[in-house]
Amino acid sequence: MKQMSQQQWNKHLIRRTIISRIFHVMIFGATLVGLVVLISLLYRILTQGIAYVDWGFINGFPAPYPEEAGILAGIVGSLLLMGIVAPVSMIIGISTALYLEEYAVKNKIARFIQANIQNLAAVPSIVYGLLGLTFFVYFMRLGYTLIAGGLTMSLLVLPIVVVASQEAIRSVPNDLKAASFGMGASKWQTIVRVIMPAALPGILTGTILALSRAIGETAPLLIVGAAAAIFTLPGKLTDPYTVMPIQIYNWVSRPEAEWQFVSAAGIIVLLVILLCMNTVAVIIRNKFSRRL
Amino acid sequence: MDAFEANKHSLDVQKKIKEKKDRIKLLRKGERLVPIFLLFCAGLSVLTTIGIVVTLVKEALVFFSEVSPADFFLNKDWRPWQGDYGVLPLITGTLLITLIATIVAVPLGIASAIFLSEYAGEKTRKTIKPVLEVLAGIPTVVYGFFALTFVTPLLETFIPNIKVFNALSAGIVVGIMIIPMIASLSEDAMNSVPNGLREGALAMGATKFEVAIKVVLPAAFSGVVASVVLAISRAIGETMIVTIAAGVTPNFTFDPTESIQTLTAFIVQGTSGDTTYGSTIYYSVYAVGITLFVFTLIMNLISQRIARRFREEY
Repeated sequence: MKQMSQQQWNKHLIRRTIISRIFHVMIFGATLVGLVVLISLLYRILTQGIAYVDWGFINGFPAPYPEEAGILAGIVGSLLLMGIVAPVSMIIGISTALYLEEYAVKNKIARFIQANIQNLAAVPSIVYGLLGLTFFVYFMRLGYTLIAGGLTMSLLVLPIVVVASQEAIRSVPNDLKAASFGMGASKWQTIVRVIMPAALPGILTGTILALSRAIGETAPLLIVGAAAAIFTLPGKLTDPYTVMPIQIYNWVSRPEAEWQFVSAAGIIVLLVILLCMNTVAVIIRNKFSRRL
Repeated sequence: MDAFEANKHSLDVQKKIKEKKDRIKLLRKGERLVPIFLLFCAGLSVLTTIGIVVTLVKEALVFFSEVSPADFFLNKDWRPWQGDYGVLPLITGTLLITLIATIVAVPLGIASAIFLSEYAGEKTRKTIKPVLEVLAGIPTVVYGFFALTFVTPLLETFIPNIKVFNALSAGIVVGIMIIPMIASLSEDAMNSVPNGLREGALAMGATKFEVAIKVVLPAAFSGVVASVVLAISRAIGETMIVTIAAGVTPNFTFDPTESIQTLTAFIVQGTSGDTTYGSTIYYSVYAVGITLFVFTLIMNLISQRIARRFREEY
């Protein structure tokens, strides 16, 4: 090894320290990029759209003129869609998680299902749209209806619900289960009376996050036929429908500049609803997540 | 009389015990159905996968009976309404978007991960992480709007001859969208690097920079790579941003200022109103869909394999 004089060593050390400091500033700056983008995005949307958000906009139907356009059909459609997606994905998702965590012997079948869920989570959402189009719209002859869209979205968010439920169920301490079994409870009684109440906050938090993903999804619903121009609210499962992102997409893709403001107004409504859902998720997590 | 009463009473108790036993028996019998129902639900996810594959393959086969696979994969013209089905422009469009997104997201994502796991204090981490999570939760249609109405005009001031719909703007925004994914997965990988390694390096007189770059990053490397591969897969499958901001012009080009079309954007275009069920264009959507599915599947498998190897190391 080369010998260094004290002076050289000091110089070397100073250089290394400076590099470290510069690096610190650089990665801090890089981290801030995300923040800056988020702020400029929100600023942009608020300044463009806030003037258009009024009761007439929230309570109105699509119209050929920007001043008259409203998003009511989108809001109602999105909420009704959630009314399908939430129960369907929760029943199937929680059942799947219970099976994998409580019943399945860690054998090939369980591992296969687990790997399968992981892969499904990474399938592009538009591919789910193609599945929904072929299976629900054409094969089951549901047509471009609320129920076809709801089932497609349920399949899309299913992996998220399963993974969240699995984590919640896994985090229930073993001695609670052992105590329940020790008192003579059966497996099912233990699940219903001990595991589910303890895991429910985690499951609900995960499900709400999955639903807020679903509420912003556009591509699969474009394919399974959520229409842009709906002038009556869907009353039953087999009615045509629209959702907020589809309305926004429709407005964004119009060439006249005024529609930009309408799109921004629609985005504000969408983001406010998303924010509410996230707040509920956080409240549930904070309120019920006591250490067991 | 008293004896009779007592006898009746004890009979009652025995009857009740028997009833209870019967009820428990019935309950246990019912409980045996529970795992069957749960397994059925778990099976639905497998059925979904099978459904996806069967759907894509079946309809794509109809397409390939009308258009030869050689034409599909080798021709450089995608004009389905004129009968030209060469998928290469859509693939190059997708790759171009993915490339731009990767260039944007990888440095920013990994830098954020290093900052959060190695430099940031607990308080800073607690404020910055939720912001990144918010970024991940923004609907893609909003990102599309942002790309078209903010990023494109911004780029216009630097590149005056850029198209209104262009690959650059869409690619940058797709990149921003996948930053949180790289940042949070890479941070997890870095956090699981044992502290002993850091302390050892610091004790040897390494600076924080040297610890981060020469110790933590290499130790977490496979986790970081897995996150990048997964993020790339997400960029390939992204739909709304590219549909809104990149255009619908299938161009065989790598010029980012041009308007292009991606695989996903064509699927949206091809399934919209003016396509009739059963036409060649209708089936071409599935051929494009299966191409997209195979691309993302390969990326996901690679990412999972790398991540699994990484998990075994500690």
